[in-house]
Amino acid sequence: METYYNPEDLAKFSSISEGAPELWKKFSQWYGAVFAEGALTEREKALIALAVAHAVQCPYCIDAYTQSCFEKGSNKEQMTEAIHVAAAIKGGAALVHGVQMKNAADKIGL
Amino acid sequence: MESIFKSFDDALKESSLFPLTAKRISVLQINMGRLCNLACRHCHVDAGPARKEIMSKETLEACLEVIKAHGIPVADLTGGAPEMNPDYMQFVKSCVDAGCRVKTRTNLSILTEDGYTDLPSFFAENKIEVIASLPYFLEETTDRQRGKGVFASSIEALKNLNSIGYGVEGSGLELNLVFNPCGAFLPPQQKAIEADFKRELKKRYGVSFSSLYTITNMPVGRFLDFLKQSGNLRGYMEKLQSSYNPSAASNVMCGETLSVGWDGSLYDCDFNQMAGLKCGPGSPIHIKHFDRLKLESRRIVTGAHCFGCTAGAGSSCTGAVS
Repeated sequence: METYYNPEDLAKFSSISEGAPELWKKFSQWYGAVFAEGALTEREKALIALAVAHAVQCPYCIDAYTQSCFEKGSNKEQMTEAIHVAAAIKGGAALVHGVQMKNAADKIGL
Repeated sequence: MESIFKSFDDALKESSLFPLTAKRISVLQINMGRLCNLACRHCHVDAGPARKEIMSKETLEACLEVIKAHGIPVADLTGGAPEMNPDYMQFVKSCVDAGCRVKTRTNLSILTEDGYTDLPSFFAENKIEVIASLPYFLEETTDRQRGKGVFASSIEALKNLNSIGYGVEGSGLELNLVFNPCGAFLPPQQKAIEADFKRELKKRYGVSFSSLYTITNMPVGRFLDFLKQSGNLRGYMEKLQSSYNPSAASNVMCGETLSVGWDGSLYDCDFNQMAGLKCGPGSPIHIKHFDRLKLESRRIVTGAHCFGCTAGAGSSCTGAVS
């Protein structure tokens, strides 16, 4: 079955370097540095990445960071809570725009 | 599996580590039988309550002869559940009397079953190092891998071991735990997950232990079946291969360990044992024909599963290697 998303494509990520190898090189170096241990641990960064992956709804990132979170020592409880954080921000972001709706409604209402 | 993936020997060649050879025999790892009270989903031995293979008294005596004659420093007892071998206690005592340090691997839950509850005191009397499997500090995760109720009985056994000094600082009684991932992924950094285990087991159950060893699940036995059935084989093997670490490869345990099968056959490691790969040409292949000179310079028999020992921080029966 053909789909827009194919799990095997994740392994082909680096093929995007074709056409702009220097940009890919810079991206790879920066990406590696972002996820290295710093003020935040690698485990914390992987949990943030997992939450953001759900917010941006990237199936490749969800696959990759589910595995990464386990490999950094997180468990399913922690990963589920991280996703709830993403969901809460997305849900809250939608809801807080209700104030815009109220402002608009008040403006055009009698 | 070999035909689909890059060979382990090619990886060794690329990092100038080919051929892999033994350095010495510091550890005789003895598989005392495949009988076990559990049938864990990750078990590379395919051990379980229905298995009949048990190391005979005669073979145990042959192992003891080698330990005595060559002054082997460490005997690492594994299975199955090694405690279920009827000659287990006698063998342990004989090894200790011969001046050999004994490490016994246990699934913990066996220590709560009838007929085995006196073992912790026996371990303590003989200063045996206990290496206990506990996949995770959460019940649901552990029981999913090992069977319902196993986590609770494991915690009970750990509390018993702690009560006689095992895993308690300053007691001299070593209790090391073994973590293995509950699925098709690599283990976390050993020190990081050890800190989690120490904190959570103390907080939740008041349990302490000495060190935690992280072990990679090997694509052998029941875990290999799981990989095939769940469609994870290719992804897992790619992961192991892409995580090949030359530093781990230069410290693999087969360099210092000789594995003895339940029938006395000799292997480079427990995983080769389960894959049916005996020591290579020119080496003795039975404990009765032990030849130290030949065995200490033997060429290690490799296969695709060897990538499991060289991925990331590496993996051995005593945890990460680099």
